[in-house]
Amino acid sequence: MMSNLELATFVEGTTRYFETAGNQPATVGSPYLVNSGRPTVHEFTGMINIAGKRRGVVYFTASRPMLTVLLMRMGETELTEENMADLVGEVANTISGNARRDFGKDFMISVPQVVAGDPERVTIPDNVRSFVIPINWRSHAAQLVICLE
Amino acid sequence: MPATAPASTDPNRKLTMMICDDSNIIRRKIERELKIERLEVTATAANGRIAVDTFRKQPVDVVTMDITMPEMDGIECVEKLVQLKPDVLILVVSALADKATAIEALKRGANGFLCKPFTDRQLTEALTELLRGAQ
Repeated sequence: MMSNLELATFVEGTTRYFETAGNQPATVGSPYLVNSGRPTVHEFTGMINIAGKRRGVVYFTASRPMLTVLLMRMGETELTEENMADLVGEVANTISGNARRDFGKDFMISVPQVVAGDPERVTIPDNVRSFVIPINWRSHAAQLVICLE
Repeated sequence: MPATAPASTDPNRKLTMMICDDSNIIRRKIERELKIERLEVTATAANGRIAVDTFRKQPVDVVTMDITMPEMDGIECVEKLVQLKPDVLILVVSALADKATAIEALKRGANGFLCKPFTDRQLTEALTELLRGAQ
């Protein structure tokens, strides 16, 4: 189970990402525990497998309109499906990597695995409940999902 | 200045640069936001293995290096590039924000560390500092 302090690490990482990369801070809602069913999945999802002291999955999921605007804010002119897939992976990788500031080097992260348009391919461990951090940025909604043993 | 001095120590000389990152948008962002006239991007690589292969054929003066990449990670790649060209200047650009990773990269031969996410100003400052350190 995640502690409040550990969740705060991911909330801060998410806020920092949008403020720095997107030139505008995101509004991050209170994290909540998913009681039943699967957390929300949008059109593009970047998944990071976590190994070491903690095990599980962290994923960032967002819609095409949000990713389009984020790419534009980053100065990218090629608003392609490939770059949107690349971006969700990079967001998940950056927020997870930044968490090592508090978790330490034994919080081992994989390279991103990206899922586009097929929610069934977004898999999380069955035996662990997920925390969802809701993200609102420029009127678009996204989620960071943390599922750690 | 001796004829064998590294190119990076001559402030008037253009320097070649390679960007190594598995993210296409990050490679393009670094190239787009590069505001240092001395630096010219001559190569890009999507992982450490490609970076080493490219570097063998076409050595460069400066490298920006991600760490978490498929096939060969940035830490191993830094070590290999330094073996091939000891005076190469390497700026690690990574999301891994723990001190141990930065120290390990520096031990293997990197010259600087920039944490993702970064602004264009932070990138310019980090590269400027990297070049200043070489003089």
